[in-house]
Amino acid sequence: MSDALGLYNYWIAIFLMMVGFYNVIASGNLVKKLIGLSIFQTSVFLLYITMGKVKDGTAPILGDGYDTFSNPLPHVLILTAIVVGIATTAVGLALVIRIQEHFGTIEEDELIAQEDSP
Amino acid sequence: MIHVVDMTLLAFLAIVAIAVTRMTNLFATSVLTGVYSLLMACIFTVLDAVDVAFTEAAVGAGISTVLFLATLSLTTQREKPQRSPNWKALCVALLTGGALVYGTFDMPHFGDPQAPVHQHVGPHYIGVSPTQIGVPNMVTSVLASYRGYDTLGETAVIFTACMAVLLLLQHEKRRDEQSTVEEKPDKEAMAHAMILRVQSKFFIPLILLFGLYVQFHGDFGPGGGFQAGVIFAAGIILYSLVNGLDKARQIIPPNVLHGLVAFGLLLYAGTGLASLFMDGNFLQYRALAEEATHGEHIGILLIELGVGITVATVMTSMFFSFSGRRRS
Amino acid sequence: MSSHLPIVPIVLPMIAAPLCSLLRRPALIWPLTTGVGWLVFAACAALLMQVVESGPIVYTMANWDAPIGIEYRIDLLNAYILVLVSGIAAVVLLYAPQSAASELPQDRHHLFCAAFLLCLTGLLGITITGDAFNVYVFLEISSLASYALISVSRDPRALKAAYKYLIMGTIGATFILIAVGLMYMMTGTLNMADLAQRVKMVEDTRTILMAFAFLSIGIMLKIALFPMHAWLPNAYSYAPSLVTAFIAATSTKVSLYVFLRFVFTIFGAEYAFDTLGFNDVLLPLALLGIVVASAVAIYQTDLKRLLAYSSVAQIGYIVLGISMGTVTGLTAGLAHMFNHALMKGALFLAVGCIVLRLHSSRLEDMAGLGKRMPITSFAFVLGGLGLIGVPLTAGFISKWYLLLGTLELGWWPVTVLLLISSLLAVAYVWRFVEVAYFQPPPAEASSDEAPLSMQIPLWMLLATTLYFGLQTDVTAGLAQRAALWLLGGGQ
Repeated sequence: MSDALGLYNYWIAIFLMMVGFYNVIASGNLVKKLIGLSIFQTSVFLLYITMGKVKDGTAPILGDGYDTFSNPLPHVLILTAIVVGIATTAVGLALVIRIQEHFGTIEEDELIAQEDSP
Repeated sequence: MIHVVDMTLLAFLAIVAIAVTRMTNLFATSVLTGVYSLLMACIFTVLDAVDVAFTEAAVGAGISTVLFLATLSLTTQREKPQRSPNWKALCVALLTGGALVYGTFDMPHFGDPQAPVHQHVGPHYIGVSPTQIGVPNMVTSVLASYRGYDTLGETAVIFTACMAVLLLLQHEKRRDEQSTVEEKPDKEAMAHAMILRVQSKFFIPLILLFGLYVQFHGDFGPGGGFQAGVIFAAGIILYSLVNGLDKARQIIPPNVLHGLVAFGLLLYAGTGLASLFMDGNFLQYRALAEEATHGEHIGILLIELGVGITVATVMTSMFFSFSGRRRS
Repeated sequence: MSSHLPIVPIVLPMIAAPLCSLLRRPALIWPLTTGVGWLVFAACAALLMQVVESGPIVYTMANWDAPIGIEYRIDLLNAYILVLVSGIAAVVLLYAPQSAASELPQDRHHLFCAAFLLCLTGLLGITITGDAFNVYVFLEISSLASYALISVSRDPRALKAAYKYLIMGTIGATFILIAVGLMYMMTGTLNMADLAQRVKMVEDTRTILMAFAFLSIGIMLKIALFPMHAWLPNAYSYAPSLVTAFIAATSTKVSLYVFLRFVFTIFGAEYAFDTLGFNDVLLPLALLGIVVASAVAIYQTDLKRLLAYSSVAQIGYIVLGISMGTVTGLTAGLAHMFNHALMKGALFLAVGCIVLRLHSSRLEDMAGLGKRMPITSFAFVLGGLGLIGVPLTAGFISKWYLLLGTLELGWWPVTVLLLISSLLAVAYVWRFVEVAYFQPPPAEASSDEAPLSMQIPLWMLLATTLYFGLQTDVTAGLAQRAALWLLGGGQ
């Protein structure tokens, strides 16, 4: 029971990651795959931020009356990771647009079918 | 109380994630992904990560949704429905998730002050950084100074993404064709919508002003170059949504835009190099002035400005590239 | 200034990239890019010499001591990789202007150069850093740049290949991110040297076990270890030739380095191999990769794709060496990383020369190529002999060490399999020889060699492979020292 109370945040983060991951591998639509990827990454951020939280802590900005702060390091790491995430999404979407222009579709099975019948 | 808020938000997140999986309307899915990011930002706030929440809201719910929608307008709004769940993918996901859950059982519990994360490097940042760097926001100290090299890498990542998007989407210059295209009024623009126009006139200056505030107030409160850059870009994007891409491009010509993209990264790396000439190591801003904290201030101001400029112009430039592409 | 030498390989290309995007004119940017490439190579070579003479170099960013700040830690292993990557980049850049002029759209050479330099920055940044999270950041710089470099090809299928690489690469990177997070959670640090000490204290936890698993899978995706190689054949086949040459020679090698760095110096050989029995996972994957990919290579109709499958097989050889967990095995793996990079680089450069003249990399278009492009064809055959592992080529040295390694361990079936796989390599190299030398050229074809500016870099790489085939103490000697050091836990 104490495990459940102490770990549920991680479990839900993992569940969300896997929903995203499932979308990446299961979806046949190239945009939907990127949406899955973005959910996958965002949920990993939750894992990091959860570990930085300390009980009764506050945001790591010095102010009067506060002396317990959550750990700023995971926050910094995730700021960087968010940037990486949007960068990847943007490049992925640019590729999708070009794929649509050249092949007329963004469904994986139709793209494969085109390749088989030249 | 915190637990209740946290659990409720997490439950919402799970619902949104499942809805995203089940829907085939990509337009709705993209908007829901924005909602997902916004909810995530709320949770980050509850978990004390205000800077991250700020960024996630601006990027995940803002820029990323805009880019998704721009892509959908050029491709398709519906995905082909799948008959049944993809069992193979489901197994892979369950296996991966199961493994991760197995890994959680030896983890320190949520909020435990004895966790290794709160023992080793973390306390140093909390205890020493306000005096060592002289900045109340510890996230800014770590981001800009202790791990400033990571942030340089992050700026390079966003610059790389801009190069990649331009490589992919920049129109090929065809001199003969350019002149024959007659000046059509931009149909995509919403200038005819009175309410939008008036509102945007009111909002855009506020957004830009807020961007500047976030840029220069990041030392004291949540914010900094990255958030400011995104907000600034949001202002420009709003302008071009309402008044049309061509008008926005007249105000910020592509040459200026691309020059600024490069300038931001150069400013960051240049600040790092400047400290070499003051007998410091790379990025050692405290060598920049007589007094260490003064040097840190100058350094952080400059690199945050570099980050802000690059991020704002990269986001704008990406948006221009995406929406400049016409449906063929 | 010499004490700041370690930052040159990273900061120089990172600054040159925005300059390229500003200058725009091909007449300016190609000399700039090539010059930067050679300067970086010189800096890396100087670093290697310094490490060989006086031991590891530590450079602290902003003078914050690790683990508070980020540090570079250059030892024998990563200095060796730095020289390899920067050397290949320098040679490929000599070759690039001519090849790019024919294979890339004219108006975006400046963007291409910027992306190339960023890719180099990323690869060198991953190699040089001593911080686990920093690896992730630079991994993404190099990955994003390589997606872009692959997709600029004139062949629209490159777009699909780049997309697939993006998805698989990002999954890999996210797995690495999860693993780094779990490690940080259990130790409170991100610095590699610090992690190495602290992971030992918690290595029997399930969390660290999962960190190890996710890290391995994430990196294997990036290495393209069979069966996680699905992104590789298309990416290599459809990318512009010079991009293929550069990425094939460097990118997977850097990922292999990351693998070695994490497995041997952070988790330790004892934990990975004795406690977990990780070699029992690596060995079958490596062997399957060698046999299946070599066999698939034989049936390819496109020369680039043939070489791409051969790369998957060669990665199998390297991982086989690693999975032995002995000094000889690891030496073989490290030497093969180096030799394979040189050989594959040279082979893809040769293909680039062929594509320049024929505008095709299909084998059926290469009939009689031995007469039409005698020098390039000969170069390709020499490189192919290296892939097979014929004595006097560099490929022989690493294969020899691999065989020795298997004999030491008494793995007879593996020894036999290695010999069989060399025969498979003979078969796929023969595909080219047969078409180029035993089929008559089409009637209208004229003899037309590639320009000198492309021939010279090609032969530079080939000459290096031949040199290292004779002069074994440089590669094998260094590799052996690095192997001993790795098995000792990097202390």
